[in-house]
Amino acid sequence: MLLGVLFLVFFLLHLTGDPVTLMVSRHASPSEIAALRQELGFDRPILVQFWDYLTNALQGDFGHSFRYRQPAMNLVMERIPATIELASVALFMAILMGVTIGILGGSNPNSILDSLARGIGLLGQTIPTFWLGLILIIIFSVNLGWFPTYGRSTFELFGLNIPDKSIVLPAFALSLFTTGQLARFTRSAVLEVMNEEYVTTARSKGLRKIRIYSRYILKNSAIPMISIIGVQFSYLLSGSIYIETIFSWPGLGNLLAEAVSTRDFFLVQATAFFTSFVVIGLQLVTDLIYMLVDPRIRYR
Amino acid sequence: MKPILSVKQLNTRFETFDGNVYAVNDVNFELMAGETLAVVGESGSGKSVTMLSILGLLPISTARVSGHAFFNKNVKAVDLIVLPANALNRYRGKHISIIFQDALRSLNPVQTVGEQISESLMTHLGYGKRKSYRRAVELLEMVGISQPDKRYYSYPHMFSGGMRQRAMIAIAISCSPDILIADEPTTALDVTIQTQITELIRRLQREMGMTVIWITHDLGVVAGIADRVMVMYAGTGVEISPVDQLYESPQHPYTEGLLGAIPNISATGKKRLVSIVGAPPDLFQEPAHCQFAWRCPYVFEKCWKRIPPNFKIGEGHLSKCFYDLKLKQPRTEV
Repeated sequence: MLLGVLFLVFFLLHLTGDPVTLMVSRHASPSEIAALRQELGFDRPILVQFWDYLTNALQGDFGHSFRYRQPAMNLVMERIPATIELASVALFMAILMGVTIGILGGSNPNSILDSLARGIGLLGQTIPTFWLGLILIIIFSVNLGWFPTYGRSTFELFGLNIPDKSIVLPAFALSLFTTGQLARFTRSAVLEVMNEEYVTTARSKGLRKIRIYSRYILKNSAIPMISIIGVQFSYLLSGSIYIETIFSWPGLGNLLAEAVSTRDFFLVQATAFFTSFVVIGLQLVTDLIYMLVDPRIRYR
Repeated sequence: MKPILSVKQLNTRFETFDGNVYAVNDVNFELMAGETLAVVGESGSGKSVTMLSILGLLPISTARVSGHAFFNKNVKAVDLIVLPANALNRYRGKHISIIFQDALRSLNPVQTVGEQISESLMTHLGYGKRKSYRRAVELLEMVGISQPDKRYYSYPHMFSGGMRQRAMIAIAISCSPDILIADEPTTALDVTIQTQITELIRRLQREMGMTVIWITHDLGVVAGIADRVMVMYAGTGVEISPVDQLYESPQHPYTEGLLGAIPNISATGKKRLVSIVGAPPDLFQEPAHCQFAWRCPYVFEKCWKRIPPNFKIGEGHLSKCFYDLKLKQPRTEV
């Protein structure tokens, strides 16, 4: 699958045009352009180029960024912590809000609370994130001055660089789509489990409401939620291009946007490789968590 | 002997988008301590809904229950229908337990069987962890599960159908209830297992002195286990009678039809199976007359005018029918 992604990205990139024309000055002569092209190896047949790239990649060499004149993977690695921070905080916010809203809605079907939950679910999924990001900046940074308008600042704690309040707005803006998703899925999962016969059994046993919720309803609704949270986390890790650009967050999305606009081929490919790697890796982690929660798919 | 449970004028309707469904209509019965009452009737006749109504287990958003269900163990009788959920929880699972038909769907898939037994013990009897574990293992042994200390840690999906129903029974009897409601406990099982489970419940009933309500549509089982029978049709108890009287001289045309429909294995020749003509009524209509009138061979004018009251036929024998099946003539009302 990784191979497929690399292949696709490689060819799509080459369809966008010649990177060399963007690298040289406007006054460069055709012979100078040709020389540079030859030096970078872009004059060779595309399949040869791909084979070359692939064999190097397998040895850990993902090529050099044209713009930064550094190994592409190093640049990616530099940006990863910021993106992971942002995605994790956003996921945490989304779980906190989305799951709570979903549980409240699902356990009181067709109530006012439920309509509210469904409304928030729908809004979260339909508000464009870039628009929301800008609105948040106007309200909370420009008008109220509570948060910085852009950038990532950190403080040190136990030798680690922990982001300060500058992460709040971008993480919130990023989390809203996931919040909506989680609210909707949690609601339907809870609703479904509530109608299961084992919940009737639990009630017939005269158990307290809190136990019925914790041991029966929530534990069972958690199962379908795991895969959704897994998918959402990989979305958050890779899909923050808009947010990172708007808030100038020095993460992967920002790097990718830059690399695409300058046709920095190897950098785009390295980013794509990393992202697909994360998606596949998270899927594995999701499967492992499944085994922990659902005894029916536990192997011995 | 005083009844341990008296159900009076129980009505349950479901409010749906298409209108009201009248699922239980004026059900009355008394349950004597220690006896086995069988409740029979076809699917949708309100057998299960009656029991779920008594225990407050129907979805509160759609079900409307009225009437009384007096639980009469202590000096003062308690009406379970009006009891708020918190107070009801002191009776459910402790004094009155229920076993459902489909044990696979009735057990929590993500909790071990043992935990599902001990949580009842901890909730109702205030047992600690170790004490409830020991008791749960004992209970598993009582219901005939081998290696109970190991099986305590098994999940429901690791059990066979029969074992799951045994585990279900272990949960239900965990707090030595006064009343055990068995809601078609053997329907989902193999015939050989059915007998085992039936025997198990009967044995436990004897040993623990429980009163049992046995919901079934198997009239063959009823004859073997029940002291009294309530026949339900379209949400109401049409006849209630000691078991031998019911089989000897059914006093409601529906009961007569049911008994007549039992295939006779010794019959010779190619006889067609007997059935009751017609189909059960539409429960969306609020009953205004005898609900069996459409299918009744003895129907006459009065049957369409109003709902027949309970006529007393004999000691503990009631029938909701205007027609006297013995004398072949309409009854005179007192």
